[in-house]
Amino acid sequence: MFLLLMLAAYAAGAVTALALPPARGRRPAAACLALGALAGAVAGARVVITGQPVGWELPSSLPGLALLLELDPLGGFFLCLIGLVVLPAAIYAPDYLASPAAPDAAGGAHAADGGRVAGALTALFILSMSLVVAAGNVFTFLLCWEGMAVCSLLLVVGDGATEERRGAGRWYAGMAHAGFLLIAACLLLLAARTSGGAFADIRGASYGLGTGARNAMFLMALFGFGSKAGLVPLQGWLPRAHPAAPSHVSALMSGAMLKLGLYGFLRVVFDLLGGGPPWWGGLALALGIISALYGVLYALLERDLKRLLAYSSIENLGLIFMGAGLGLVFHGAGRGDLAALALLASLFHAFNHAAFKGLLFMGAGSVVRATGTRDLEAMGGLIKRMPWTAACTLVGAMAIAALPPLNGFASEWLLFQSLMAGVGVAGPLFAVAMAMSVGALALTGGLAAACFVKAFGITFLALPRGRAAAEAAESPRLMRLAMLIPAAACVLLGILAPSFGRFTAAALAAVPWLDPSSASFRLDAGFEVRDGFGRIAPAVLALLLLGSAAAAWGAVRLLASRRRRVGETWGCGRIGQTSRMEYTAAAFAEPLLRVFGDLLRPTRDLTIEFHPESKYFVRSIGYRTRVRAWLEEDLAGAIRRLLRPLGGSGRLIQSGSVHLYIAYVFAALLAFLLLARWM
Amino acid sequence: MIGAGGGATGLGAILVEVLQGLLALLLAPGIVGLVRFIKARLQGRRGAPPWQPYRELAKLFGKEMVVSRNASWIFGVAPYVVFASTLAVALLVPMLAAPLPIDRAGDLIVVVYLLLLGTFAIGLAGLDPGSAFGGMGSSRALTIAALAEPTIALAVFALAVPAGSTNLGRIVARAIEDPGGALSPGHLMALAALFIVMLAEAGRLPVDNPATHLELTMIHEAMILEYSGRSLALLEWAAFLKFFVFLSLLANLGLPWGVALNPGASAVLVAAAILIVKVALLAAAVAVLETRLAKLRLFRVPELLSVSFLLALLAITSSFLVE
Amino acid sequence: MRPFYCHNAPRSSLVMAKLFAKIWRTGIVTEPLSIEAGRTLDLARRIEDRTRRLLGRALAIRQVDAGSCNGCEIEIAALPNPIYDCERFGIHFVASPRHADLLLVTGPVTRNMEVPLRKTWEATPDPKLVVSIGDCAHDCGVFRGGYGVSGPVASVIPVDAHVPGCPPEPADILAGILKALDRLPEPGSRADSRTGSTASRR
Repeated sequence: MFLLLMLAAYAAGAVTALALPPARGRRPAAACLALGALAGAVAGARVVITGQPVGWELPSSLPGLALLLELDPLGGFFLCLIGLVVLPAAIYAPDYLASPAAPDAAGGAHAADGGRVAGALTALFILSMSLVVAAGNVFTFLLCWEGMAVCSLLLVVGDGATEERRGAGRWYAGMAHAGFLLIAACLLLLAARTSGGAFADIRGASYGLGTGARNAMFLMALFGFGSKAGLVPLQGWLPRAHPAAPSHVSALMSGAMLKLGLYGFLRVVFDLLGGGPPWWGGLALALGIISALYGVLYALLERDLKRLLAYSSIENLGLIFMGAGLGLVFHGAGRGDLAALALLASLFHAFNHAAFKGLLFMGAGSVVRATGTRDLEAMGGLIKRMPWTAACTLVGAMAIAALPPLNGFASEWLLFQSLMAGVGVAGPLFAVAMAMSVGALALTGGLAAACFVKAFGITFLALPRGRAAAEAAESPRLMRLAMLIPAAACVLLGILAPSFGRFTAAALAAVPWLDPSSASFRLDAGFEVRDGFGRIAPAVLALLLLGSAAAAWGAVRLLASRRRRVGETWGCGRIGQTSRMEYTAAAFAEPLLRVFGDLLRPTRDLTIEFHPESKYFVRSIGYRTRVRAWLEEDLAGAIRRLLRPLGGSGRLIQSGSVHLYIAYVFAALLAFLLLARWM
Repeated sequence: MIGAGGGATGLGAILVEVLQGLLALLLAPGIVGLVRFIKARLQGRRGAPPWQPYRELAKLFGKEMVVSRNASWIFGVAPYVVFASTLAVALLVPMLAAPLPIDRAGDLIVVVYLLLLGTFAIGLAGLDPGSAFGGMGSSRALTIAALAEPTIALAVFALAVPAGSTNLGRIVARAIEDPGGALSPGHLMALAALFIVMLAEAGRLPVDNPATHLELTMIHEAMILEYSGRSLALLEWAAFLKFFVFLSLLANLGLPWGVALNPGASAVLVAAAILIVKVALLAAAVAVLETRLAKLRLFRVPELLSVSFLLALLAITSSFLVE
Repeated sequence: MRPFYCHNAPRSSLVMAKLFAKIWRTGIVTEPLSIEAGRTLDLARRIEDRTRRLLGRALAIRQVDAGSCNGCEIEIAALPNPIYDCERFGIHFVASPRHADLLLVTGPVTRNMEVPLRKTWEATPDPKLVVSIGDCAHDCGVFRGGYGVSGPVASVIPVDAHVPGCPPEPADILAGILKALDRLPEPGSRADSRTGSTASRR
């Protein structure tokens, strides 16, 4: 019922956006989307809690091409996740799009038609995402997957007015379709052994596959879904597409769509293939670790606010895949109880990331809307002009830095515990690998904290570094409300983490060999892992922190002097203070850039112009440092060089003549008929 | 049996907790004063008495607070966040008795991330008034915090694996029950790693010089350059407390004897006395070490931390091999 | 590049032993504080009781060079050293006027330092003291009338106490500060007598 309501609401949203003029249509459309998000979340939560899948089928006369929806607890969990992102994004969108100042919003709004098409595309994008997790057969899944990719691609490209958007579109189109080919190949191979390609049938049939075929399918799934999730080395599109899209679409893409990479991976590898040998998990774990470190390092150095968030998404998806990979390792080693723990960490972090990354992208959107720039070095002091945005973004920044008692900490703690649990599973070498993983995870956490001190501090604190920042104004009420929702979610998910953990564990029941009842964790008032190996109670921690702070505040209030005077910032007595004296984003990250210099390979140019009379007098000194994402760019260059001759030869059959294309269609049809006859 | 609650009754355990918090708060300035005193004596000076930090705190609480015009509410809130997170850590680390019921609320990972919460808050506060020194300090503090993080995590790991728990109370209780384990090479290497990290986290030599007056060499001091009056007092007290917590953690993990397994009144009082002796000895060791060491260049600190990382990794490997 | 831990690796333990042996042989060198009878300290202003109570035993000093010839700075720099050891009186130097209770100002105030000096004074939280050091700080000394000189310290910020001399000796400076706080130790008091006994070990 709620599922149908959700579908109807999303469809109504698309129609409203298209039919009404944008100025009047945005709010009704947003209301439809918000309603759909709520209905979707309720539908998903109901499935997770009751454990009863709901389904719905649109039969078709062609075999395998029926539309089959079947929402099981795993899908329901992800539907809740999508709802959590869509609800605030829908509330956020109307005022954000109405603003003339937001450059990226104008681009996404298809200036010519006033954003009608973009509004409809957003609704369709959300609809296809929701259907991906509800898909019950291969055809539905692939159809919705591609719909999701195409809608988001169009939203990223927008009117294609700038080279940034076109470039982002090229990267995204290439990556998304390479991924789609892999996923389609994998799923079609799986479906080939069944009559209709329904997931329920594949589940039974996949055990009979040969080892080689299963390995090939795993690799296709890992890299296919990994390209959606932004795993290294398939991450290149993320830092290009996210900044180019309008911010609420970035929130949707980063908060929800990337997680569908995890959903697809879990669905195919865990559910349909039923797990595999330990090296599958090892590979996913390694990719996760590399992505996490890669993402956080580049996020740290980034000066474009939205690119920073995009790199941080790579980091977090890396953490999420670490959990998934670890779960696969444990399953391969025959430890289903530990696998459930690792997957709990993975799913929990996915949900948390949806909350705080959606929030952070919306905060970034508000900042971009107010200042007209994404450049950190032009911001500053916004906390005074945009207090609500600043407070919400601060919650998001603290949550993503995994600070207790917010939600990011709960899931990272679970991840730590899962890694530590790996010590006793296999040989000494594996134990050392786990130790290194713990180190990598901790380093990621530390660097993320540094990264978000920089992101928040440079954006919101100190003096404005530019005119636009000095004259920024707070966002309208609806946008503020939209940011409050995920901010509240970050706090609540952190403090009530065990209750939400139970909900997450219920979603795991969708995977047959993961029995949450025998899992090695207990969730009552707190988390308990492996019979007391690790225990925390986030609510008690929150109370402890609040109590300590309140005690300190009270004692200071009672006993200390209350005199307070406002003065100038101390600067060694210099006459005036300007924003040029402040630390910049680049300066903040410089020590870490030096420490990781071998990995990041920064280039530095120092140009000194001397006085013509004497070289002991300097006229000007120019210093430029640049960090190139060499892995992305070199890899893309190599692929381009590889594909260019292929494309050249492909041009031979592309004459542009309609007659010839009709002949191609006819030939293809004939070939298929013959093939069908012969098989 | 080191079961849940350790046999402590609710009220008794809470009393021990409160006592522990007060003890840590009250002793922390004295321990820092002791380090300063011993250092002064080793430098051939008479030095201030060990209780000098109490006078300083009292003075700062009585003074006016000057706040920058450019600062936001973050600047005012940060000292309370730093103080509260450090105090929460002080309550989680078993000092007098183990394991207490509060042990279930947080483990060593929580301790690590609570300290990171403090660093995060003070890092933001450093950027807030828009002074170049503050930015420099927070950049450096977060660099070091980020690089120290893997080492702490591995040291935690190395301590947790043989003890079968990441919860501190259980680690300490286990060490008392199995004294041989406390002397195993894995345990000792993990402690050495933790000691190096302590020097970095608590801002001691050779990572940061707590007595420096030169802005260019500062880390912690640069971030709090803008604070005065009661805010500065809170930050200083939190820094003292952090040092004390690290020392008592090291003391109770390295020499767990004396920690009460049952929170009876006499046992707890004995434990408090023994704790003071242990922490004072460690503080003396730090003072001697600081007399001998010069501050490292900032970009040498990662090397020091990687040594400590390697120690922790060896600790894990050896504890695994010994099993 | 050698890693930090091998700077003098083969000899480090020996060096360390030698260092601490020397520390032991040297003992404590801090001298008792005595003021020559001939030199009087000139107290420019009475200090509030509250200030004295609050700062009496823990005093943080920010030194401001307002244009001095650096003669006074050399003497001030001797205050924290083992001989004069201002720390025994709870006096230490800090890096920011925000942390300071007392400004130690030297030199005739030059035109360039006039505003910074005032800003430093404004940046210091109440209650605060100002002690001017050296003859120049009092009457601009030989620099009086110079084109770059703005005037004595007292013409820019209120001065609580003054220590004369060109330059004053460290002991005088210390005594001046303590006098300003009204807690100059009596000769033969506990702090001094103990110093004497430990110093005799030399």
